[in-house]
Amino acid sequence: MRYLPLSADDRAAMLGVIGAADIDALFRDVPAAARLSEPVALPGHAGEIEVERALSALAARNMPAGSVPSFCGAGAYRHHVPASVDHLIQRSEFLTSYTPYQPEIAQGTLQMLFEFQTQVATLTGMEVANASLYDGSTAAAEAVLMAARVTKRNKAILSGGVHPHYAETVQTLAGATGMEVVRRALAVDAEDSLEGLDADTACVVVQTPNLFGAASDLTALAEAVHAAGALLIVVVTEVVSLGLLRSPGSMGADIVVAEGQSIGNGLNFGGPYLGLFATREKFLRQMPGRLCGQTVDAEGRRGFVLTLSTREQHIRRDKATSNICTNSGLCALAFSIHMSLLGGEGLRRLAALNHQMAMRLNDALQGVPDVEVLTKRFFNELAVRLPTAAAPVVETIAGRGLLAGVPVSRLDPRGGFDNVLLLAVTETTRGSDIDALAAILNEVLA
Amino acid sequence: MTVAFGRPTRPEPVDPAAGPRSGAQGLMQDEGLIFERDDWSRTGVDLPDATLTASPLGDLAAKTPVALPGLSEPEALRHYVRLSQKNHAIDLAMYPLGSCTMKHNPRLNEKLARLPGFADIHPLQPQSTVRGAVALMDGLAHWLKTLTGMPAVALSPKAGAHGELCGILAIRAAHEARGDARRRVLTPTSAHGTNPATAAFAGYVVEEIGQTPEGHVDLADLEAKLGPDVAAVMVTNPNTCGLFEPDMIEIARLTHAAGAYLYCDGANFNAIVGKVRPGDLGVDAMHINLHKTFSTPHGGGGPGAGPVVLSEALAPFAPLPWIVNAGTDLLERAEGQAARATGRMCAFHGQMGMFVRAYAYMLSHGSDGLRQVAEDAVLNANYVKARLLDVMTAPFEGPCMHEALFDDRWLEGSGVTTLDVAKALIDEGFHPMTMYFPLVVHGAFLIEPTETESRAEIDRFVDALRRLAEAVKAGEVERFKAAPIHAPLRRLDETLAARKPVLRWSPA
Repeated sequence: MRYLPLSADDRAAMLGVIGAADIDALFRDVPAAARLSEPVALPGHAGEIEVERALSALAARNMPAGSVPSFCGAGAYRHHVPASVDHLIQRSEFLTSYTPYQPEIAQGTLQMLFEFQTQVATLTGMEVANASLYDGSTAAAEAVLMAARVTKRNKAILSGGVHPHYAETVQTLAGATGMEVVRRALAVDAEDSLEGLDADTACVVVQTPNLFGAASDLTALAEAVHAAGALLIVVVTEVVSLGLLRSPGSMGADIVVAEGQSIGNGLNFGGPYLGLFATREKFLRQMPGRLCGQTVDAEGRRGFVLTLSTREQHIRRDKATSNICTNSGLCALAFSIHMSLLGGEGLRRLAALNHQMAMRLNDALQGVPDVEVLTKRFFNELAVRLPTAAAPVVETIAGRGLLAGVPVSRLDPRGGFDNVLLLAVTETTRGSDIDALAAILNEVLA
Repeated sequence: MTVAFGRPTRPEPVDPAAGPRSGAQGLMQDEGLIFERDDWSRTGVDLPDATLTASPLGDLAAKTPVALPGLSEPEALRHYVRLSQKNHAIDLAMYPLGSCTMKHNPRLNEKLARLPGFADIHPLQPQSTVRGAVALMDGLAHWLKTLTGMPAVALSPKAGAHGELCGILAIRAAHEARGDARRRVLTPTSAHGTNPATAAFAGYVVEEIGQTPEGHVDLADLEAKLGPDVAAVMVTNPNTCGLFEPDMIEIARLTHAAGAYLYCDGANFNAIVGKVRPGDLGVDAMHINLHKTFSTPHGGGGPGAGPVVLSEALAPFAPLPWIVNAGTDLLERAEGQAARATGRMCAFHGQMGMFVRAYAYMLSHGSDGLRQVAEDAVLNANYVKARLLDVMTAPFEGPCMHEALFDDRWLEGSGVTTLDVAKALIDEGFHPMTMYFPLVVHGAFLIEPTETESRAEIDRFVDALRRLAEAVKAGEVERFKAAPIHAPLRRLDETLAARKPVLRWSPA
């Protein structure tokens, strides 16, 4: 077997050194009733050729988003990832290393994390960021839990623009701790609502651009939330938008959580993705997840270590701020490399291209009869109302080789959004893709 | 609206704490932070100009670009390659972190996970366009269920701790469905920190179960602490001392008799895959770290994947999405039977990129190969133990499973600590073992070689440890206190890092 270096001779010799009669002697603690005498009923081993053939056949039954005009967004975006990013993250030293618990031989990962934390804090307009969480949705849940620790209050209010998967994740994870999670009804443009805000409210969670693609100014909301003694949590599912929009931090956010997939990471059918988490320095000790910090070595040279781990499960056990252990290290590396390649100016150009393409999409949709664009202040995603249910339309169009976005009903069947479709574009969208979408909508809806 | 494309400039003054740095040493290059470069205006991505004159964003747009430095492609390659060379890696040398299962990461798996049919599909594409992806998830689920002897699996948890939480939430939902509110979770003192953290996260009071002198769960203590308010017992098996729990079936029986569920932390499944099915032991829920047993890369701290297998009793409470219709569809919403689901653990469907890698690994090994994996992992660990027993001290007698545990009695009176030995191992070219865990063993050394180490590499590692043991005996304390001296950096001041946290670069 190609992944097992021991030969039969090795095994025999090693058993001799151990002084065991056979391998079963080493499994003596396993109750006889539970010992399997032969391999379980699954196929036997296979060579690279066979395995590649089997998985390639499965892959061939999928329609890659890059093979057709694609307008799917709603929390996952198909951006171009420079070739050097994927090359670098496959370096053995990054790919096959563990969490940097021995800092003297993990400075590569640690320095990268320090740079990553700086990039994320700067991008979100916040003071500190952690070394990543699983994804945007679980980061949102962690933010809500942190707000409860900070404010010692028990209620979270989620705007109607928060991605339903995020809201459900918050409900599962924060709800598990006994928090009251209030989800407002889906709404295209209601991020500034104060409905329900009271003295029990730990946090208000809003999203920008929201599920429907609408960006909003959160300054006034932040002031009102703070006046009520609560925290404002801002969710960003399309992190490229931060290249063009004012940062959540500059608008008064207390915690910013984001899905970092858009930078450096592919679609991957939903994972692995990258949870970004940033906040104000005064809340540092209530943060979840790993943190990398600067220090010096025995000779006074600068170095980096994982720090403030008294917040974490391996030290604090049942008193930890979160149970998270493994996070998204390699996705954070991909993000950081791509961000370093872009720089501030490159990110701005990238964001501008996305936005320009969305304006073009908006223009094209104006020409489709009975289709109404609902999103006014969009970045790269639009919600449109069709004259008929969106899901079957998307299905029909998929049959003709075009991925026509995400029906809201797939995410949340409630609230009368059955006819609403989310359409996203990126720098990978071509003008001809938009023309093809407009043409096929004209035809299918006629 | 007009958008400025001004070139960001580095804020002044330069951080004086940045220097002095060591120079390059041979192949090891010195490398500063990207923020310390003089010119922030470079870019490694060529993008055309955009015209945004009709933008609806108005004053929502920022006036200036985000203040972050850019690198040209050659500069970026150098930066990250230089950083990479300061890391230890499985591909470089043995990485025997106990409880972490640092095995070889097959490159075929990397190649297959990058097929556009897996890497470039959107999680919300119409399901008719992703039949192969769902089929792969179903195939993975079938292997996981068969290998564990369990009837159901929830694939979406993103790592071990997330899987634990998923399992505990399913247990809570099962109790609540019967109107049975319970408030305690029992877990051994030797448990991973995630176990008590998870139980507490789910609102339970955590109580510890004692351990016998042989390193096993103390059945009498378990029995005494079980009661009608215990929701679950969380046991790691093989446990964190590297031992199989010989009374696991009895633990399950006692747990079930008290109306509680048995959660098994599957972090150490590598030791028994293909040899023992947790379902045959009476386990109700167990997470499986695909990044341990099933070889997906650890990536410097993730991403992982933590599917949870569930018993018949817990299956109805698995989180969404569910694989339904004979493995052809994903059910994403709580309707029909799924209305009892725990909810959603995360957006979308879980770590598809890890599913592809793990499935390729399973198909490669097959049922025969996986059984050999467990046997070789256990053989290697016992070989390490046998070759070190005369110079180090072990807290428990007899064979171990996949990891060999030593304590620090052999260091008594020497002035050398477990930490010192670990740091000295770095100078020998190895990543240290897990140290000071499990907590129940004083100055613990937990060594997990995994099955992908050759006998020669293990001998090299053991010989290094034996030389260190001789040096301890010879009283070479200074050498240990100074270690490491050959690593890119000497020991780091972790107290300073925590006392004065500097968590980002800043110009001031």
